[in-house]
Amino acid sequence: MFPYIANTPQDEKDMLKAIGFNSIEEFFEDIPKELRLNRDLNLKPAMTEAEIKVHMEKLGGKNQGKELVNFLGGGVYDRHIPSVINHVISRSEFYTAYTPYQPEISQGTLQVIFEYQTLITNLTGMDVSNASLYDGASAVAEAAFMAVDKTRNKEIIVPDNIHPNTLRVLKTYLHFKDLELVVVPTNEGTFSKAALEEKISENTAGVVVQNPNFFGLVEDEIEEIVELTHKNKALLIMSVDPITLGVLKSPGDYGADIAVGDGQSLGNGLNFGGPYFGFLAATKKLIRKMPGRIAGQTLDKDGKRGFVLTLQTREQHIRREKATSNICTNQALNALAASVYMVALGKKGIAEVATQSAQKAHYLYNQILEKTNFKPVYDKPFFMEFGITSDIPAAKVKEALLKEGILGGIELRICGEQFKNALLVAVTEKRTKEEMDQFVQVLEGLK
Amino acid sequence: MKTYETLIFELSNPDRRAFEIPKVDVPEESLESFLPKGALRGEAPELPQVSQVDLMRHYTNLSNRNYGLDTGFYPLGSCTMKYNPKINEDMARLPNFTETHPMQDDSLVQGNLELMDNLDQMLCEITGMDKMTLQPIAGSHGEMLGLMLMKAYHADKGDHNRKKIIVPDSSHGTNPASVAMAGLEVVTIESKENGEVDLDALQEAMGDDVAGLMLTNPNTLGLFEKQIQEIAKMVHEAGGLLYYDGANTNAIMGITRPGDMGFDIVHLNLHKTFTTPHGGGGPGSGPVGVKERLIPYLPVPFVEKKGAGYKLSYDAPKSVGKISNYYGNFGIYLRAYVYILSMGYNGLKRASEVAVLNANYVMYSLKDHFKLAVDRPCKHEFVLAGINTDIAEMPTVNIAKRLLDYGHHPPTVYFPLIVHEALMVEPTETESKEMLDDFIEAMKAIVEESKNDPELVKTAPHTTPVRKLDEVGAARNPIVRWEPEE
Repeated sequence: MFPYIANTPQDEKDMLKAIGFNSIEEFFEDIPKELRLNRDLNLKPAMTEAEIKVHMEKLGGKNQGKELVNFLGGGVYDRHIPSVINHVISRSEFYTAYTPYQPEISQGTLQVIFEYQTLITNLTGMDVSNASLYDGASAVAEAAFMAVDKTRNKEIIVPDNIHPNTLRVLKTYLHFKDLELVVVPTNEGTFSKAALEEKISENTAGVVVQNPNFFGLVEDEIEEIVELTHKNKALLIMSVDPITLGVLKSPGDYGADIAVGDGQSLGNGLNFGGPYFGFLAATKKLIRKMPGRIAGQTLDKDGKRGFVLTLQTREQHIRREKATSNICTNQALNALAASVYMVALGKKGIAEVATQSAQKAHYLYNQILEKTNFKPVYDKPFFMEFGITSDIPAAKVKEALLKEGILGGIELRICGEQFKNALLVAVTEKRTKEEMDQFVQVLEGLK
Repeated sequence: MKTYETLIFELSNPDRRAFEIPKVDVPEESLESFLPKGALRGEAPELPQVSQVDLMRHYTNLSNRNYGLDTGFYPLGSCTMKYNPKINEDMARLPNFTETHPMQDDSLVQGNLELMDNLDQMLCEITGMDKMTLQPIAGSHGEMLGLMLMKAYHADKGDHNRKKIIVPDSSHGTNPASVAMAGLEVVTIESKENGEVDLDALQEAMGDDVAGLMLTNPNTLGLFEKQIQEIAKMVHEAGGLLYYDGANTNAIMGITRPGDMGFDIVHLNLHKTFTTPHGGGGPGSGPVGVKERLIPYLPVPFVEKKGAGYKLSYDAPKSVGKISNYYGNFGIYLRAYVYILSMGYNGLKRASEVAVLNANYVMYSLKDHFKLAVDRPCKHEFVLAGINTDIAEMPTVNIAKRLLDYGHHPPTVYFPLIVHEALMVEPTETESKEMLDDFIEAMKAIVEESKNDPELVKTAPHTTPVRKLDEVGAARNPIVRWEPEE
């Protein structure tokens, strides 16, 4: 017997008899003989829960992570996660439900989406949000498609300081739609109006700005870039780290047309890269160009407030190849986790998390510059992530830190050979002074 | 129990907190001291402030207004709503997995990479493919990737003319939408009445401008495409590729394999066949498997065995690139891995057999009260063409809504598009005979009600937390966020 299969051999007999069949095999007679797999699948026999636990503990034991102090970032951050989140997302009424196609018995999920949309629009300063996308990288690509759809142009401009994986994903998505990607070199790590001016034209559909950018720097010409973009009738897509919006100006404040980002740091664990979620919010006039699900408020026939999936004529199950996107399943449960996170922190809490992360990052940065031979990669305002470099190969620096149980940072070599000795260090509110002092001590020892 | 109609924003009180972080232990420098003033927002974003009790009760009350698989029967056709084992959830929460960062060195995540490699091999064995990528985050994401692979393959052969993808009119809506995402053109061909491919229509559509064919098998009517070998031959001879939409894999595990049927590319929905939860609309996982000749085009990175260990390799000059940020939904496909271990080779096959038994049992039990779209044994799901009009008249939508009063989630309705008044039922193997009987009785009772008291059915549902909602009004005047009353 298998615990997840309810029917017994006796049930099987009774059921077959009731509908006039002799064996289950009869249901498969239409599969041509030569296509039948006439052997067992080459897999192990079934394991019990107890055996699986042993196996998985052993497999997990081959990883290192939970015992290490984490200074890795690049869009994925090790933050305090409130206990309430796991308790809410573990309610099986949420996690075992399907997409809310039957609104009368899905008000829980639908109201969660409606509240999520409100939270995201408040955070980003935009008018409307969808119910979530796959991740931050594909959200940038979907936003690019919106810009193409809106402007009927084919060219997307991005600076070279966005997350390298975002750039890779964007490249793939645009390539297959025969759209053009123009990568603009940045000046000392930040995106300047002058650099954009050289590339932008009446053929531009959209311009992407990431703030803070991949190097952790706070972009300082966003207002000028937005203005120039709009002057060329293109859309401005702003990719943001949601936590930083606790204190940084929002995409709405800057006049962006679309705000996107990865929601991992809103209460989702590291999970080796996923599941996270992408968020996408926009101005009101772009609502019908948005991809994915949107929940809307309405009334039931007794006049009670309720929620439904709305504006569905944008979507694949209605419009098929003319849909705004092919997205169907999104990342609803991760968006729920993010909602609970934003509510748990509240207005004050999110500003505190952002402020502490920045303060701690600056403490570490100042200590490193003061006490070690490491130099900043760029000497410009940053938020909570910064690059440092020395004449020692980054891999060696990481190794020395790891010996002390520290994950030291991302090797910036992934952005080009000019960064071969550079490390990108992220500091969240979860890091302590003690951990940072030890980090500095290791670097001092490398002198 | 009291009804709950409160939004979280309506509970907010600026002096309440649900969670606090530790006090800062470094000098508290003001943000203005290191950031340009113009970079800062005037006021923090308007997020509600509630106590922890308020928070928990709010979400618990909302969850009570939701119907999940653990609540009851969920026979949504094409969605494979089977039970989500709890051991999967526990294993996915082991800190040894959850607390690994995607940018850690390969040497520190050997367990993760080994799991990915093992799962790749298991899924290849189940589907008869040569290599899998776990990067797609959902089924439609997998479809998009599969089509990109086709395009890359033809382009690499110098064949830039192949832009058309043939899709039967019985296909899932994501199929044509994914074709558009990959920059290809859809050619829809009419299916035969039983949903099978019309070989003449296919032959006519084939040509040197066709990149390939997308097919679901068993098809969306729950029937095995008997002519699959002829179809594969026809497509391959014309230089095209065959894409398998794996939404219906629950019918065939250990019985037959898309790789052996002639498919070149396969996607699986781990959140369907392999019991990872739907989460109210994700996260899912949609791995894509390919035959040998398509391996060079798979996205980067992929796991490679190197000596005694594993590494992530980006060495694939012909790769289509990346389609998501990191390595796909690791925490989700980990659950599928655990499921495959729990079932083993014999359990997976038994799951498919019982899924098919359950579907046939329900179908034949309902054949007098409803019209069968096709009167022939089905696989894991079947389609009813509405109520038996000799007994009564009642639109499918009302039958579905009345089922809510009987405590069941309705089947998929009005899909596939080729069946009038369609009700698509997929019971799955995890349901007991008793549950199936209860559903059958409810369906029959609704037919009786349609005859004797049609008003009761037409005004359903009557017992749900909210009643029929005004969807037209919602779309006409979209209210998509909460705003405080003036």
